[in-house]
Amino acid sequence: MIDKKYFLKGFKSIKGVGSPAIALGASFIAIGALLKNLGFTIQESIFSTFLTYALPGSLVMAESMLIGASLINIFIAVWLVNARLYPMTVALMPLLIHENQPRWKYYLSCHFIAVSSWLIMKDNYENIEKEYRIDFWIGIGTATWAVAIFSTIIGYVASDFFNKDILIGLAIVNPIYFICMMIGAMKTFQISLSVILGTILGPAFYFLSPEWCILFGGLIAGTIAFLLGEKSGN
Amino acid sequence: MATDIIIVIIVTSFATYLSRFLGVVSSEKIRETSKIFRWFNCLAYSTLASLIARIVIFPSGSLSEIDYLIRFVVVILSVVVFYLTKKNLVYPTIFSAIILATLNSYI
Repeated sequence: MIDKKYFLKGFKSIKGVGSPAIALGASFIAIGALLKNLGFTIQESIFSTFLTYALPGSLVMAESMLIGASLINIFIAVWLVNARLYPMTVALMPLLIHENQPRWKYYLSCHFIAVSSWLIMKDNYENIEKEYRIDFWIGIGTATWAVAIFSTIIGYVASDFFNKDILIGLAIVNPIYFICMMIGAMKTFQISLSVILGTILGPAFYFLSPEWCILFGGLIAGTIAFLLGEKSGN
Repeated sequence: MATDIIIVIIVTSFATYLSRFLGVVSSEKIRETSKIFRWFNCLAYSTLASLIARIVIFPSGSLSEIDYLIRFVVVILSVVVFYLTKKNLVYPTIFSAIILATLNSYI
């Protein structure tokens, strides 16, 4: 059903110099502590990471609950902040789809799409035969998901020992990991331009709309980069 | 309250899974060599870059208590460490937490 060799190869991506384990762990430890302070039980905290597994979405959920937002408002706020997962999925799945593989694998494993796992897969897919990329992907997804769930538990249990300095230290680790991974991914003109323009336009649009800045900034930056890249031939 | 939390978690996960699910539905018809795939690839990277830039420049939560200049210095130094360690991802991440805590305590 799932090729063990490729699954394990993907699973082992959490080891080594490119490991996302520390960055992912740090941010989900912070989430675990945050959920405890919000009044979640440990089971609810685990359930949350298990089902959502997208950091900005969990943060928005927590912030919305703090201000007593309605369910429909929580839905919209989370959907907006996680809408980036749509282009990420469309930019990944065509690389993994193979006629010999059952469709359920794709619909189930899309749950694993998050920044860390996505960037690792994008960095490695060319080394894997197309037929087995989905099994390799399920391996990466299971490993990063497991780290997130495990770290949520640690954060929840250890939250009483965290002071402000530790929480601040935990908060910077994930953005730094993402910045370094994005720089590493800037291998073609189109992608480099997408990253640079996105970095500028996302925060620039914040002054117009804090809620929509990521989507607006991303859409315009990505489209300009695509058009200029197509024109220049790479 | 307990059932409320469970419902909020389910709503949050549904709002998140929706984009992933629709992404797979769209992917069924998109070939990796097509122009539309390259466009979405650009959109994915630019949206991610926007998100990360927003988290660093306009953070919410504990990072917002850190001075803008300190955040900037930590990012630059961490990228330098990333290059000095031949693009190792573990060192800059650990370094960033330590240098941020240090700068925040002494400046």
